[in-house]
Amino acid sequence: MSGGHSTYSPKTGIGRWIDARMPLPRLVHDSFVSYPVPRNLNYAYTFGGILSIMLVAQILTGVVLAMHYANDTTLAFQSVEKIMRDVNSGWLLRYMHSNGASFFFIAVYIHIMRGLYYGSYKAPRELLWILGCIIYLLMMATGFMGYVLPWGQMSFWGATVITGFFTAIPLVGEWVQQLLLGGFAVDNPTLNRFFALHYLLPFMIAGVVVLHVWALHVTGQTNPTGIEVKSKTDTVAFTPYATIKDGFAMVVFLAVFAYFIFYIPNFLGHPDNYIQADSLKTPAHIVPEWYYLPFYAILRAVTFNIGPIDSKLGGVLAMFGSIAVLFVVPWLDTSKVRSAVYRPWYKLFFWLFVINAIFLGWLGSRPAEGAYVIMSQLATLYYFAFFLVIMPVLGLIEPPRRLPNSITEAVLEKNKGGSAHPAGANAAPETRG
Amino acid sequence: MSATDTSEPNRRDFLYVATGMAGAVGAAAVAWPFIDQMRPDASTLAASSVEVDVSSLTPGMSLTVKWRGKPVFIRNRTPEEIKAAQEVPMADLKDPVARNANISSDAQATDIDRTAGEGKENWLVMVGVCTHLGCVPLGQQGDFGGWFCPCHGSHYDTAGRIRKGPAPENLHIPNFQFLSNTTIRIG
Repeated sequence: MSGGHSTYSPKTGIGRWIDARMPLPRLVHDSFVSYPVPRNLNYAYTFGGILSIMLVAQILTGVVLAMHYANDTTLAFQSVEKIMRDVNSGWLLRYMHSNGASFFFIAVYIHIMRGLYYGSYKAPRELLWILGCIIYLLMMATGFMGYVLPWGQMSFWGATVITGFFTAIPLVGEWVQQLLLGGFAVDNPTLNRFFALHYLLPFMIAGVVVLHVWALHVTGQTNPTGIEVKSKTDTVAFTPYATIKDGFAMVVFLAVFAYFIFYIPNFLGHPDNYIQADSLKTPAHIVPEWYYLPFYAILRAVTFNIGPIDSKLGGVLAMFGSIAVLFVVPWLDTSKVRSAVYRPWYKLFFWLFVINAIFLGWLGSRPAEGAYVIMSQLATLYYFAFFLVIMPVLGLIEPPRRLPNSITEAVLEKNKGGSAHPAGANAAPETRG
Repeated sequence: MSATDTSEPNRRDFLYVATGMAGAVGAAAVAWPFIDQMRPDASTLAASSVEVDVSSLTPGMSLTVKWRGKPVFIRNRTPEEIKAAQEVPMADLKDPVARNANISSDAQATDIDRTAGEGKENWLVMVGVCTHLGCVPLGQQGDFGGWFCPCHGSHYDTAGRIRKGPAPENLHIPNFQFLSNTTIRIG
């Protein structure tokens, strides 16, 4: 797909017959077998594959859970308990699905951070990055609506708070909120439509993933040096090299996933969600799922009016803005050097950003009072400053390190530095007799 | 460009535009029921009024009833609470509007305009939904002895007026009336 023409040549008669009519095997071969990938990809680059497998796992477990779930406010909570106790292997499937959502987000956060660190969003990969942002938005919507389905206290009140965001919109806010809820408060119509959409959105994600992979295969992958592939010695074939590396990373990732499912299945959940939803009683402390916490902290950080914008609308705008800013990152970063490896200052600010994002997440789990509010405001300030000030300014003033001429040169230079490396290992790869 | 190379728009150009317009209007007309079905349905709209017996509420007691899927707080306030609310200067209020559906929409948030009115200043009837993001505030808590929303830390005073925190408006007062001295109809 990327550059060069196809190397696929069907060996059997039926293979040639299919190839002349609908060359799907050729597409698969060119995309996942002979497809050239940079030879220096590290394990940070395996999360795309991990995300694909998590999407498939979520759809599979979700479809079978839907066969046992009752989509009605009077039955939903009990039906989930029935899945846990009565349905054969129901407990396992539900824990796979609920923890699967968390692990999906762990993987996507590492994937996004890898993109930010190695400058994967820069020309010519802007659309690839934007498609990724769209997938992330769809994931957030899907995760939110899925969390409402068990109809626990956190489900109900999380839905109330999040649909409440829309009342901040001037003039049409109330109307939009009622349109989303199908009533004046979260109730049966809300649960029904959230279930329908929770079932639909993953397939939309799958559709955008196809576009994301398509865009990736047009431009080719980035790599830790950020230098484009220049010759055949810069790449290796997707199969077996990337396939096996991705496969190994998946095994390690799924082992951690399995540990959570079998030993601490409720560690990432909230105990209040094992209490059935009660529309007259708000839990003492509403928190969203952990993967939304940084944005929740940003929402609550705006406690003051900004000119004509009141604090409520301000908070909602800041929260949506914190995600919207990701879409324009390709145009905010002014540096000509792609990878943070050669950008000493960017590297520092990047890691500060990561620590700050985790800090925001922790603040999101704290009550909105006292010093937490001030810390949230400072952390929110850095979050936005990283994108809107540091990225554009640093690209203009930061002196980058010397870039190697090619990926191959970078790899050989690195290997030369390792003293424990056996002499001649680069020159004479192992051969099989 | 026209279908033939005359500079005047001809019959075929008109047909193109007319067909396109009909298609666009048709698509919009078909889209509307798909959006319209999401709005509150007839049964939701029908459940819009409730009658409540408040004879058991002595001063200092509250009752929460469900109206349109939302909690409504009915509180028989103590004389201390009334006094505290009356003494608040208007300048201290974050939201100066009464938010009372029973009186004019620009009425000031004085204590009397937040309540059931002359002679019934002790009765406070409010939608128990925080005006920030819709949580249910907890009664007789917070810095002003009124209501406190645990979600994002909004403090309301003893007349349900927002005093501190992110909520933009006072707790809303729904349409209600005393049918007798002991019965309130909400909605």
